Amino acid sequence: MGSQVKPDLAAASDLVLDRAEAVPALIGRHEDFLIVAALGGTASDVGAVTGDAAHVYSLGGAMGATCMMGLGLALARPEARVLAVTGDGDLLMNLGALATIAVMNPPNLAILCIDNGHYGETGWQKSHTSLGVDLEKIAIGSGIRRTMTVKRADDLEAGARLLRDGNGSAFVLARVKPTEPPRFQRNFDAAFQRDRFRSSLRDKASARARP
Amino acid sequence: MNEASIVKGGWQNELYDLLRRHSVTQFAYVPDAGHQILIDRSLADPEVKSIPLTTEEEGVALIAGADLGGARAVLLMQSSGVGNCINMLSLIKGGRFPFVTLVSMRGDFGEGNPWQFAMGQATQPVLEAMGVICLRVERPEEVVDTTVAALTMAFKGGQAVAVLLTQKLIGAKPF
Repeated sequence: MGSQVKPDLAAASDLVLDRAEAVPALIGRHEDFLIVAALGGTASDVGAVTGDAAHVYSLGGAMGATCMMGLGLALARPEARVLAVTGDGDLLMNLGALATIAVMNPPNLAILCIDNGHYGETGWQKSHTSLGVDLEKIAIGSGIRRTMTVKRADDLEAGARLLRDGNGSAFVLARVKPTEPPRFQRNFDAAFQRDRFRSSLRDKASARARP
Repeated sequence: MNEASIVKGGWQNELYDLLRRHSVTQFAYVPDAGHQILIDRSLADPEVKSIPLTTEEEGVALIAGADLGGARAVLLMQSSGVGNCINMLSLIKGGRFPFVTLVSMRGDFGEGNPWQFAMGQATQPVLEAMGVICLRVERPEEVVDTTVAALTMAFKGGQAVAVLLTQKLIGAKPF
């Protein structure tokens, strides 16, 4: 958490997007999605957009879980649009999930990877994506057909569109500066979040069923 | 797998029908001979999603995601895959997600491959250490009752349960 160590921004000069601007622009109207957010800075990026909300399941551990939780949710709720917001570290821990998602290819699943090239939680060590690994190429090689890398402000609109497009699973890699995530008091109660998420979906379903 | 069960596929078919009666609609698996009939039936069933995994921990996270959406998923794996799941089970325990896995055992009764023993013998202790209740099955006539118990404990009782299909039940792979 909030370490004293700072990343070397000059060494990461190819990263120009500010996460605090890029993430809200890419997600847009967050109520349109059911969201799973990865542990660490990613959960704060999402929380700053959504607040502590019933349609967001925010992870505080289980690194590597995000994309596969998104897949299970997308298969369970084909009528909803599911957004899995992962980070470079979370995704690197379970790259095989991209292969599994490509094989299943649910049209209602979008993955947004906030890639700052660093492990911000543990002291800003470089991740593999600062050392030559390209996660979009891995997504393409895994068989995900709709992918994009967002690097500059000009790319944000197209990235946001791809996340909402329902024509097969989508993968958007947002390359952002390695800066502190927005301040957000995350909810760490995993069981409370589960109950709240499920009840809110049930309430929506019964509201729809009413004449 | 012993010959009788290959010929008849008896309890395996009953097991699949049972899971379907209990509204399981997502079958996640890493390919495994012990689960072949379940895997094949899920692939042939248009009413369910059959999800091949690259590693078993993907299935743990998938089950949690399915539950968020109100669906029931099961994870079919071999005991060696249990070791790949351990930290991901934090999600199940912390979130109190109902969890059912069917584990075909290796490194167990009559095993001839020395590589299988380390994880085979550790399977039950590590599952229990992560809060997963283990129910062992040794005889074909116990499979259905044990799985009904597991489904009740998970989907009514909110627990994480592993049904361990022992090598006494499925037979040891010849080496």
